[in-house]
Amino acid sequence: MLSWPILSVTTFLPLAGALFIMMLGSEGEAEKRNARWVALWTTLITFAISLVLVWRFDAGSAEFQFVERRPWLAGTINYHMGVDGISLPFVILTTALMPLCIIASWGAIQTRVKEYMIAFLVLETLMVGTFCALDLVLFYLFFEGGLIPMFLIIGVWGGPRRVYASFKFFLYTLLGSVLMLLAIMAMYWNAGTTDIPTLLKHGFPASLQTWAWLAFFASFAVKMPMWPVHTWLPDAHVEAPTAGSVILAAILLKMGGYGFLRFSLPMFPLASQEFAPLIFTLSVIAIVYTSLVALVQEDMKKLIAYSSVAHMGFVTMGIFAATTQGIAGGIFQMVSHGIVSGALFLSVGVVYDRLHTREISAYGGLVNRMPLYAAAFMVFTLANVGLPGTSGFVGEFLTLIGTFRVSIWTATLATLGVILSAGYALWLYRKVIFGALTKPKLAAIKDLDYREMITLGPLAALTILFGVFPKPIIDMSAVSVAQLISQYQAAIGAAKTAAMLVK
Amino acid sequence: MYQAIVFLPLVGAILAGLISLVGAHARYPSGRPEAGGHDHGHGADHHAAQEHASPRHAGHDAHHPSEPAAAGSRAAELITTSLLFVSMILSWIAFVTVGFGQDVHVSLFNWFTAGDLKVEWALRVDTLTAVMLVVVTTVSAFVHLYSIGYMVEEPYRPRFFCYLSLFTFAMLMLVTSDNLVQLFFGWEGVGLMSYLLIGYWYQKPEANAAAIKAFIVNRVGDFGFALGIFAVFMMTKAVDFGTVFAQAPSLVGKSIHFLFWDVDALTLMCILLFIGAMGKSAQFLLHTWLPDAMEGPTPVSALIHAATMVTAGVFMVARLSPLFELAPTAQTVVVFFGATTAFFAATVGLVQNDIKRIVAYSTCSQLGYMFVAMGVGAYSVGMFHLFTHAFFKALLFLGSGSVIMAMHHEQDIQKMGGLKDKIPFTYAMMVIGTLALTGFPLTAGYFSKDAIIEAAFASRNPMAIYAFALTVAAAALTSFYSWRLILVTFHGKPHDRHHYDAAHESRPVILIPLAFLAAGAILSGYPFKELFAGQGVEAFFRDSLKFGPNNHILHDLHAVPYFVAMVPTLMMALGFLVSWHFYIRKPALPAELARQHEPLYKFLLNKWYIDELYEVIFVRPTLWLGRLLWKQGDGRVIDGLGPDGISARVLDVTRNVMRLQTGYLYHYAFAMLIGVAALITWFIVRAGAG
Repeated sequence: MLSWPILSVTTFLPLAGALFIMMLGSEGEAEKRNARWVALWTTLITFAISLVLVWRFDAGSAEFQFVERRPWLAGTINYHMGVDGISLPFVILTTALMPLCIIASWGAIQTRVKEYMIAFLVLETLMVGTFCALDLVLFYLFFEGGLIPMFLIIGVWGGPRRVYASFKFFLYTLLGSVLMLLAIMAMYWNAGTTDIPTLLKHGFPASLQTWAWLAFFASFAVKMPMWPVHTWLPDAHVEAPTAGSVILAAILLKMGGYGFLRFSLPMFPLASQEFAPLIFTLSVIAIVYTSLVALVQEDMKKLIAYSSVAHMGFVTMGIFAATTQGIAGGIFQMVSHGIVSGALFLSVGVVYDRLHTREISAYGGLVNRMPLYAAAFMVFTLANVGLPGTSGFVGEFLTLIGTFRVSIWTATLATLGVILSAGYALWLYRKVIFGALTKPKLAAIKDLDYREMITLGPLAALTILFGVFPKPIIDMSAVSVAQLISQYQAAIGAAKTAAMLVK
Repeated sequence: MYQAIVFLPLVGAILAGLISLVGAHARYPSGRPEAGGHDHGHGADHHAAQEHASPRHAGHDAHHPSEPAAAGSRAAELITTSLLFVSMILSWIAFVTVGFGQDVHVSLFNWFTAGDLKVEWALRVDTLTAVMLVVVTTVSAFVHLYSIGYMVEEPYRPRFFCYLSLFTFAMLMLVTSDNLVQLFFGWEGVGLMSYLLIGYWYQKPEANAAAIKAFIVNRVGDFGFALGIFAVFMMTKAVDFGTVFAQAPSLVGKSIHFLFWDVDALTLMCILLFIGAMGKSAQFLLHTWLPDAMEGPTPVSALIHAATMVTAGVFMVARLSPLFELAPTAQTVVVFFGATTAFFAATVGLVQNDIKRIVAYSTCSQLGYMFVAMGVGAYSVGMFHLFTHAFFKALLFLGSGSVIMAMHHEQDIQKMGGLKDKIPFTYAMMVIGTLALTGFPLTAGYFSKDAIIEAAFASRNPMAIYAFALTVAAAALTSFYSWRLILVTFHGKPHDRHHYDAAHESRPVILIPLAFLAAGAILSGYPFKELFAGQGVEAFFRDSLKFGPNNHILHDLHAVPYFVAMVPTLMMALGFLVSWHFYIRKPALPAELARQHEPLYKFLLNKWYIDELYEVIFVRPTLWLGRLLWKQGDGRVIDGLGPDGISARVLDVTRNVMRLQTGYLYHYAFAMLIGVAALITWFIVRAGAG
């Protein structure tokens, strides 16, 4: 173990960067530039430090690692941080995407640059904190707090209907968070602690499991988002600035999936098993329904947003199948979707910056002027389609094969999504990229500049790398997943035995 | 060596891809996003010529480029083509060493592992694979060479050669796969390259539509394939061929509760996997993409849509013969679809006028023959036809390409005629291809196709008589439409004087591949007869094909009555005579017949109206449903009852309290802080009390 609190440093370094930017002078060209550079360096250093985590992480152990623990509030609530194989991939995903978001905002954001960068850095702290927190209250603070900078990013730098979009998001989230708060209280009432590792071993009574599961579900289902509480997502994406969409799709959506893996499944195994059919139903509806809706979209961002809902359907389905393939696939799908959807939103941002519209019909024939862009967009489109050889395939395949063993109906209907995803993704590509370039506004459009190449290039490389060689991610979480499943099955088995004895 | 065979095309593709991207980047420089929207003085008129390239001649290989060739075109051509030839030579060496020696297994590295699911990247080279290696690399190498000549006017050749080589790589990964998932990788990989190559002329709307159609119809097949893999994994806990095949006998009699039914496990797996094969090999119901795929450049049609990719389904059934041998019901399904396709495609081929589409329907029909062989358990015979068909069908496509070039991008055979004097070499090659296709004695097709018809007759499969009848009928139809193509195109009077006068024989770089493939169309038959359909099968294929203990089809097909063996040859002669009567003796007769039987003619011309049917029952309802769910489901029901309904109420209240723009954010922060404060207070109280 390390002698310095590496998780705290990773978590709070962006906050320190935000404070530094705050101290910069008033709005001027030099200050804008400084704010950008400080934000970029902060996120880069944070990323570098998080790589130390990868390097020192022991993938052979299912225990929480790099643990920090200090008394904090009221004697019972601790400042408790740590990562295991399930949370570490998300920490790295977050720190890796942040520098790209800063670069993507470099030229696109010209108003209130300082505040924008501060919002992003604060957001990074809260997101990394969410994945590292090992105390329920701490988790709750990070988890819910992360929405505030996101509101601001949409509300201040967003599009024309930003007020409606944030309001919708707010309404959905409010209900979930209130219920989760109640569940947290009930859990404390029962277990006498908010310490997550202790709670994981606690074994809640069956009746409490049901209610607490539902309460957590309310919060995580909105975040994922699952059908039918998904309608905030397309609006939020459409209104958010490019980098905001990237973070929203790549990281914030993953908090729901992470929550299911960290709380719902291990802490409430009986309820998870009981509600699995509900999750399967909602997941399948999400996959088929939102894919159909994506087919007829006219706005590029909305199309990708709906496809995100469909892809998250694979994740929830895989997680609650509670097989090794299902859960490993769910985690991989989330990481892969983080890379791919982030890249797709960045790609939309590239043409939005040039033409200031997201209407699909405003484009066509871009390949004639933007060959590099066309090539990169093709890679991400194929990953979105789930083509083998791209990272999109591995997650979908694992979740489906893991679910098929549990529920043939679910897996069969979900596999329909494979056909539909090809439909909407290739249709989008054809309308935007292929065809003759006839629209006068597009005649002088230019290909990717170097800044855009720096953001899209690494993501394209990772998409293919993890498609051919996904082992780094799968192996990182393999032991934690195995332990999660064995405990889950032990709990189910124990409950069955108890039920037999009663009879 | 085996790694070299598979990965040299990939190296070529990467290099050509880099050349293509670097060149494209040099042509169209980067720009700051701020610069978009207003013109910088260059660009607009420089590129204007390219923009009107799209709406011309629907369905023709017509692309009149107005740009100079991309930088490095020659380098890309030479790199990819020479690497492919190296790969081809190594493949033939592998064919001999493996076919008459030992199987080879090369492990590359672990792809992914999750619990008991282990998927490896590996190369499995047994005789079945070796046959495919030879077919793929040989046809691909000659298609590369041919393309240097055929694509000479194209500005973006590095991209084209990159695609061709990448396709070859994906196809080689497919045939060398050691497990179902890698097979699926190659499967979808060739599908992708097919999509990109059909849509190579991306400015043409028809090409784009055909490309997407090909991908999506294939995905329908892949839906079945994927479910098949899931079912195999559920029953055997493995996806690698060795383990799955070893466990297959123990699955007999087990069943799976699939959707509403209890189905025999092996039958279910095989049928699901066969749905994948139907998509890729364009079998009846999932065939609609293949004729449209002719929008791609002709060399692509020869390589992908005749010789290699479309035969992947046949290869898959052969590869999975240990499963199919145990699932007689699934075999019957295979026979049914194979025979139906063979007949259906031949009937449609009768009346088509686009030279490439005629050959495409013929491909579809011949693939049906191969599946009949697979279904009756004569796996090696099916592979024999795959092997010979690759040569003569690639020859016919490349020959058609030569005709199209000579006619200056005209593809309608009705506008040709009398070309034999203008392009005699191409004519000779096309005749050789046609002889082989129709099964003229001693050509390659004669041995392989007749063996399939005999096998259908000898089989005890419940569908065997159906298959025999339809394949015999299809043989006559094949002969008719193939000779129709030759007679209308090369004989008779020219129908388009202007094009006829300008017609000229192609360059050697185009004719040399034709000559080699023509040699293949003759020589791939007799010398290989014993290995594929005779006494040598067992020693040659060894364990790569599985013949069950009750499967004596290879023996039985040699014992069929003499008249059965003669029937295909008679059909071929009959087809030729009718064709000659129609198009040489009484050229007015076909039009007359079409008028008399107009409903039938229309039915065939419109391909049995299957595309129209799909449009009505799948495409439109899907889009309608999508719109319904979006506007009504999301918009009216969910948002209407949920957030909008609530927000309307909340807004009424809020509006009076504070200004909207800032209100809700503070609300949220406030609510959250109150919540946290309440929580902490509560903890403190409890801690104090406790």
